Parts: sequence; C-alpha cells; structure tokens
Amino acid sequence: MSAGRRMVVIAGLLSLIALGALFATFMWTTRWSGRATTSTTASAATPPPAAPAEPGRRIKARLFYIAAGGTRLTSVERDVAFGASAVEQAREIISAQIAPVVEPLVSAVPPGTTLRAVFITEGGEAYVDLSRDVVAAHPGGTINEMLSIYTLVNALTENLPAVTAVQVLVDGQEVETLAGHVDLRRPLAKNLAWVE
Amino acid sequence: MIALDDLATPFQLTVREEAFGAITVTYKGKTIVLTPDQALASVSGRLVSLPAPTAHSGRRWFVPVEFISRALALVYDVRLELRKPSRLLIVGDLRVPRITLRYDPLGTSGRLTLDATPRALATVTQETNRLLIKYEADAIDVASPPLPEQSSKDLLQAVRVVDATTLAVDLGPRFASFRATSQPVDTTARLVIDLLAQTETAAQPPPPPGATPPGAAPAPATPPPPAPPELPPAFGQSSSAIHTVAIDPGHGGEDAGVKGAGGAIEKDLTLAIARRAKGVIEARLGLRVLLTRDDDRNLPIDERTAIANNNKADLFISLHANASLRKATSGATIFTAAFERDAAANATAGGADRVPTFGGGARDIELVLWDLAQTRHLDRSATFAGMLEQQMRERVPVAAQGLDRAALRVLESANMPAVLVEVGYLTNPEQEALLKTDAFQNSIAQSVYEAVVRFRDALSEGGTR
Repeated sequence: MSAGRRMVVIAGLLSLIALGALFATFMWTTRWSGRATTSTTASAATPPPAAPAEPGRRIKARLFYIAAGGTRLTSVERDVAFGASAVEQAREIISAQIAPVVEPLVSAVPPGTTLRAVFITEGGEAYVDLSRDVVAAHPGGTINEMLSIYTLVNALTENLPAVTAVQVLVDGQEVETLAGHVDLRRPLAKNLAWVE
Repeated sequence: MIALDDLATPFQLTVREEAFGAITVTYKGKTIVLTPDQALASVSGRLVSLPAPTAHSGRRWFVPVEFISRALALVYDVRLELRKPSRLLIVGDLRVPRITLRYDPLGTSGRLTLDATPRALATVTQETNRLLIKYEADAIDVASPPLPEQSSKDLLQAVRVVDATTLAVDLGPRFASFRATSQPVDTTARLVIDLLAQTETAAQPPPPPGATPPGAAPAPATPPPPAPPELPPAFGQSSSAIHTVAIDPGHGGEDAGVKGAGGAIEKDLTLAIARRAKGVIEARLGLRVLLTRDDDRNLPIDERTAIANNNKADLFISLHANASLRKATSGATIFTAAFERDAAANATAGGADRVPTFGGGARDIELVLWDLAQTRHLDRSATFAGMLEQQMRERVPVAAQGLDRAALRVLESANMPAVLVEVGYLTNPEQEALLKTDAFQNSIAQSVYEAVVRFRDALSEGGTR
C-alpha cells in the first residue's frame, strides 16, 4: 500500500469515527432532552422512580375521616411511608388515605377504590387518578360527595406544601362529578371549612 | 295514489315513458326510474321501496303518495316532508309544528296539554269567551278533530283551528280563569293550560298527575290558603319581580341518586316534591313554574341549568336528598354555590361586546362565562336560601348548620338566584320514613312557596341586591 493510499484509508477511518461520535452525541442529547421535558411538565408516580424510598422510613401525615356528626371531616395523625419525591410522597399519602379503616374511623372514600397514578404539575396542581370504584361504589348525597373530595384534596394540600390544588380523575379521565353534585372539572384548593 | 302528471307541473318534473317499458321522472338532470307493476323506484341508481306498485289507468301513471317523500325528496333541492295523516306536504324550510292535544278533567278544574313538535313558542290570550293560542310558526299541523268529544262542557266546549297558526279554545259557562305554563320535553314544546272553574274557591290546588301515590290521601301539613278568585295569566301583565321559577328534581332515569334501606329512591322523592311545589306556587301565585324534568329521565347537569337560563327563570331551586355514612346524620341543608377565590373576578372576563343589530346600528351585550354565571347572583341566592331555611325550620327537621356553600355544578351556571335543597337523609331510617310521607313532602312544598312569596316581596321592595 502506497503512503498516499494509506493516508486516504486513515482519513476515511477518522471520518467514520467522527460520524459515529456525532451520532452518539445526537442520541444522548435527544434522550436527555426527552427526560428533561418529562420532568418539567409532569412527574408520573408510575413507574416507580429509579431510587426507591428507604425501606421502613416513615413520616407523620394528617389524614381525614368522617366526623361523628357525619357532615364534616376530622383529621387524624398517622405514620405514612416516606416518599423520595413529592410525587412519590403524594402517592404514599393517598394510598394511606384510601386504605380500609376500622371503626370508629369512617372513610369518605368508597371501599374498593384504588390509586392508579398521581401527577404533580410545576404549578403545584396534583392530579389523583382513582379507579372507577370511587364513582361506582359512591353512596351519593351532596355531603358525602363533598367529604369524599375534600378528604383527597386536604390530604395532599395539608401534608405537601408543594401541592396547592387537587383534581380527581377517574380511570385516567376528567369527570364532571363523582355523584352528580360537586364540580370536578378543575383543581380544588385546600378547604378546611369541611374539617371540624 | 297520485298521478305523475299532476306532480309534474308544480314540481317541474319531466315524465317520460321509455321504449324499454320504464317510466323516467327527471328533475334538474337527476332521474328516478319506475317500473310498471313494481313497488320499487331507482333514485340516482339507489333502490327505494314504495308501499304500492306503479300502476296506469288510461294513459296516466299513478304512484303511491309516498313517492314524494321516499323518492322525489332524494333528488329535490328543497326539503319535502310528507305528513300523510294530516294530508300535508311541506315544501321548503317552513316551520310547521305538529300539535297534539289532550284534555284531562282534574276535579272541578281541567288541564289542556298541547305538545308542539318540533318546538314552537306559543302565546295565550283571552277574549271574552275563548282563549287564543298563537304559535310562532309558518303554519300548524293539528290532528282533526283536535279533541275527542268531552263528556262535560262546563269548562271547555271545543278547540278549533282559527287560522294557519292559531287555535281557539271555546270556554264553557263555569270557566273563571286560566294559567298557562310551557316547558321543553325533548324536541317538543309542551304548553299546559289549567282551566279553573268559577266555584273553585276551595283551597287545595289540583295535584298534578302522579303527585300523590295511588291510595294515599293528600294530607297537607298546613292547609293552603284559598286561591284568589282571579289568577293572573302566566304570560306578561304581572308587575311581580318574579315571573318564572325553575324547579329541578335531582337525578332521574338510570341515575337514581341515593337509595334508602326502606326502598325510598332520591329521584322519585325529588320529583314528587317538585310537582307538589309547582302545584302550590302556580295555583296561589299565578307564577310560571318550570320543572327541568317531569318524568323519570336522566338529564345532564348542564341541561338542567340551561332550561332555567333559556326560559329566563327568576329563581332556580334544585331538589335533592342527602346521604351520610354516619347513619344518625339527619336534617335538611340548603346550599348555595361556592367558587374558588379568583373565579368571581373572572366571571365577566368577556366584558361587554358591541354587536351589530338587524336594520343597522349596534348594541352592547354583556358576556358572562357560562360556568361562572352564578357569581353575580350569590348575594340574592344567599338571601333566598336564608328565607327558605327559616320556612323549613318551622315545618321539618333542619341540620344544625342549615345553610352551606359548595362548588355545586348545577348552581354554577345558573344566571339567576339559585339554591340546592337537600331535604333530609335517606341513609337515616327515621328520616327515610319521614321523607316518604305526604305531610313531609307538602311541608317542603309549602316552605318553598312561602320563601318564594317573601323573596318576591323583598325584590319588589328593592330589599335585596
């Protein structure tokens, strides 16, 4: 192989390496941008974050249940699993809030309701996506409906300063009401008037 | 059957017998092919069936009259609507509502119900011995005769068609006054005219059909006062600050609402109370009362408010029954709307817009966001809620906190003072038993009536803002 020909081959190899590096840089940039967009617009609780919560670590949270009079909520302090991020913590709080309870506590969230996902926007609006049971098993009545909703709204806004308002979704969809009374088409702010 | 050559001139059709035996009917280049002795027509290549075959008599070809609606209408460039029972063919976009009438004697009074489909507005005026019902339409299509023969003609003698858009109700010797109300039912506008007899000074207004369960004797908790001898007509002529009250029986159809352990169902209870309240208010105040539903149907929430808004109701009352997971919870609650903090500020975000009017010029219209229409009525809503709570406390159990505010969907869009009444708890066995009684339901109706009277008087005196 002549010296000139060797130079051409080396130049070609260098070009290929440069192209490869350029492609790798492009791919890395794209993936990074995608992650950044996701994290700035909405943080999804599912799938779980890469760094799971420390096992056994717990926080104190105020959870809400129907007061003895039946027309207001009462708050109870409970240990709730620690969440590594606001979204993960919101998920732990709602999971604890909708878990079955025994008398004298009575939950305003219908039994069988499960949490599908929690999202929190940059503006501090949390979206709590619940299973259809929250509608199907709801016993109705304006008071019951108000208490169901403000149980969830207050559980997040009271325990997570990052959350200023909460909108309830059902099976991933926005709903008009849970039982025909309370407007759920927009996020609702904390309202302790419904708490004794 | 109708002869094709009779149709040819008015509809500008060309009718030809073809060499292969078929008859072609052509309109502006579009062709209908008819085959003798076959009950079929080919319309621009599409086959349609006819109720009878094409036939000839002498040199003329005859087709069933349905040829017009089934075949000709497909090629014609103006709407053709055939109403065979009325022997009517409507050509073009004319408003010709079909009017069906029913007359129900109700004790000493009588109720005339007129359904106009599609909806058409009507005005009712009284001349000496007859009522004139004039429809806003190009013509009306009334079954003949309008009403079957009546056994008693004391109140109503006959209903006649006077001109293309007007019906006349000939009144009997015992007729004293009437009241008229209208409300939409699907695509129909229902006009109800109650004819009241001269001797009808007895207190109890005729209960609307279905208001009292079969076998149950009406037992009002408080005997209603005597009806005034002359009730004002429902349209116009009243100086009252309230002309129309919309009452919304909560839930309905597949949405039953709360179900009590003893069998009471919220949707039935709210409808029964709404009918009673309507009867009392109409009979004693002569106001127009609209029910958002008068049967067991599921209405979207927005439609309930829309009925009140579109009929320019002056007051909106939504009736419900409550539920609690604590069985002992009891008592009525009256809700007004609550909005998030900045909603009120945005309520008139659209501001005033200047729009052109027919005949030149322009006028300002105020744009109010639908979802926030209630924000500017909150004070008056609270006033009415307070009056209603006071009346209910005198008659039925009311919760310790009888007045409350909540982001209730049905109230938010109401463009008039509006409240939602939870009459009691169906989850409390004692309350459920109470709520089912005639006495309780009459007491709620009476409370609503009394509160409407006080609210009307306060508005007339300029006492509320």
